[in-house]
Amino acid sequence: MTVAIMRQAPLPDPFRAGVAGGWNVIDASRLNADLALEADVAIVGTGAGGGIAAEILSEAGLNVVMIEEGPLATSSDFHMLEREAYPQLYQESAARKTRDKAINILQGRCVGGGTTVNWTSSFRTPATTLAHWARAFGLTGFTEADLDPWFERLERRLNITAWEVAPNENNDILRRGAQALGIPVATIRRNVKGCWNIGYCGVGCPTNAKQSMLVTAIPAALSKGATLLTRTRAGTFEHARGNVSALHCVGLGRRGTDPGAHRIVVRARTFIAAGGAIGTPALLLRSLAPDPEGILGKRTFLHPTVVCAALMPHRVDGYAGAPQSVYSDHFLDSLPVDGPIGYKIEAPPLHPVLVATTLAGDGAAHARWMRELPQMQVLIALLRDGFHPESDGGTVSLQRDGTPWLDYPLNAYFWEGARRALATMAEIQFAAGATTVMPVHNSGASYASWTEARAGIAGLPLKPLALSVVSAHVMGGCPLGSDAKHAVADADGRHHHLDNLYVFDGSLFPTSIGANPQLSIYGIVARMASALAQRLVPV
Amino acid sequence: MPPSDTSRRISRRSLLKAGIAGTGALLLTRWLYTSTTPPSLAPMSPGALDAPARAVIAAIAPVMLAGALPAQDRVLLQELVAGVDQAIAGLPPQVRKEIGELFALLSFTPTRVLVAGIWSPWPQTSAAAIGAFLDRWRDSRLALLRSAYGALHQLIFAAWYGNSRAWPAIGYAGPPSLGIG
Repeated sequence: MTVAIMRQAPLPDPFRAGVAGGWNVIDASRLNADLALEADVAIVGTGAGGGIAAEILSEAGLNVVMIEEGPLATSSDFHMLEREAYPQLYQESAARKTRDKAINILQGRCVGGGTTVNWTSSFRTPATTLAHWARAFGLTGFTEADLDPWFERLERRLNITAWEVAPNENNDILRRGAQALGIPVATIRRNVKGCWNIGYCGVGCPTNAKQSMLVTAIPAALSKGATLLTRTRAGTFEHARGNVSALHCVGLGRRGTDPGAHRIVVRARTFIAAGGAIGTPALLLRSLAPDPEGILGKRTFLHPTVVCAALMPHRVDGYAGAPQSVYSDHFLDSLPVDGPIGYKIEAPPLHPVLVATTLAGDGAAHARWMRELPQMQVLIALLRDGFHPESDGGTVSLQRDGTPWLDYPLNAYFWEGARRALATMAEIQFAAGATTVMPVHNSGASYASWTEARAGIAGLPLKPLALSVVSAHVMGGCPLGSDAKHAVADADGRHHHLDNLYVFDGSLFPTSIGANPQLSIYGIVARMASALAQRLVPV
Repeated sequence: MPPSDTSRRISRRSLLKAGIAGTGALLLTRWLYTSTTPPSLAPMSPGALDAPARAVIAAIAPVMLAGALPAQDRVLLQELVAGVDQAIAGLPPQVRKEIGELFALLSFTPTRVLVAGIWSPWPQTSAAAIGAFLDRWRDSRLALLRSAYGALHQLIFAAWYGNSRAWPAIGYAGPPSLGIG
């Protein structure tokens, strides 16, 4: 390890410098007594939605308190080690599961939320998705023309630009294979500034190149006097007569996993729920927020993702270099949005723990694949859920201890698409020169040619916990819309039944996005938060 | 449904659906299981995997990691068990409880025999028998047993490949140096 060298020449850590300079940051696991705070605005969650909202509302002169369940970890803490990062920065050590354990969900849980650990891929909300929202949900004000100025603004703010550096080999294989088959691909835009192209975005960027909320919006809010509570679990909103008066929280214990001894109450004029599409519905459920139509927590979407591994005759080094730089939307764009399920093709980073825990099987066969890690290439297909009557997603409900779980049944509509997606990925991998292709499935079946793979994949028994299904995107559960019969929040993100409560995160989406969602959240929340700032601080 | 009954559901459902035994055996198992609560059924406190659970991991890991974990290396095996323990300690209470129930089921003799099909105590069970057990659970028709296999898979592989000692064999050099000058 390089710890000694890093100590000799430390990289700047502006967040630590800010804390040393007097930012209001309180680690609730270190409290010696209960705490009561007052603010203009209390924001639950510091990810893409909560972070952007905190910046905009602080800059409007409002006194903001941010409440984050995860710890504060900054670039000095990011040692590019999975064994440290997963327990520290992710929900349930990066092993959060749906209720039947069939889908593994990667979700951030730290200051900056998912933006601290995502792979930097930045897409505007696809036009087909927005058109579907207008057509199927009667959503107005969410056209490309409405949102483009907000996307432009956030792209400037977060330095979202085309990645001009050559893709790493794992991504270039996607490009070459797809092009050999006449499948269009494009370059992913990334929210980075001065990126070192080392490939460890998923375990926290050690150089602060990633323009996550941890590096951008949260420091901006703290500089304006905002307060950040970490290791603080939002319990319930106290509300009466359509108004929220307080948020009741508990500080976590030193390990950050269990509730600790001290309670925190935050009183504010306005409250924002931005805990993500599992956390926000759960917070509203615990709070017994009015839900007369029973829609809260329903229609939760994941972009359920299937995985296909390949061996190449040469080194790939899929753990090195920007993790995601090439994608194909061909299998989204060539299908009607409400037809058979479409999918986006991307490549993931290939670090040992992520690969070893995702690869199916065990013993000698698993070890053989792991020994080929440098030559391994992996593709993922993110299925676009929520656009078809047979794709109504999952349901967030509460366990006995008040923590959420997500019941997400995988049905025939999904499996049909999963099978097509596996075939697509195998064909691309063989077209790029793969010698062996293995869909990530308990059978461990692998194929030496596209002909073999086509026949094999057609016959694979697809069922939960046999085919690996993963997710890195949680969306929906508090859909927005003007009609309270079908929506939890209105077009401004305001809760339909609680006047001073806003939902500002991916749970607003009435379907999945059909693309990595961070920029959709940034843009849509920026517009909502700016409108809220104008209401709270009339010019 | 109360989430605390995972292991009981495992034994009950698998008995019913797999038809291993008749109603008498089912009732007996349930009675045994509920009346002689094994020590590790209590919610696991962080970093305190009990001895029976550690024995289960120490027996299963070398089989799951065949070809990866150097055989007979007791030190590495101990590191691995500690790694699993640490991984479990980092999980939320509800998940720790479920995993505790899984290990209770695997270490409690009647359920070990009836549900896992392991007839001798784990340290005395052959690699072949453990391999067959893993295959049965991985390929089970019961999603619950497949999910239990998945939990063992994820814990053991994360603990091993998170350890830098596992990296030379897979050609991974570790993170790059960020040292300047």
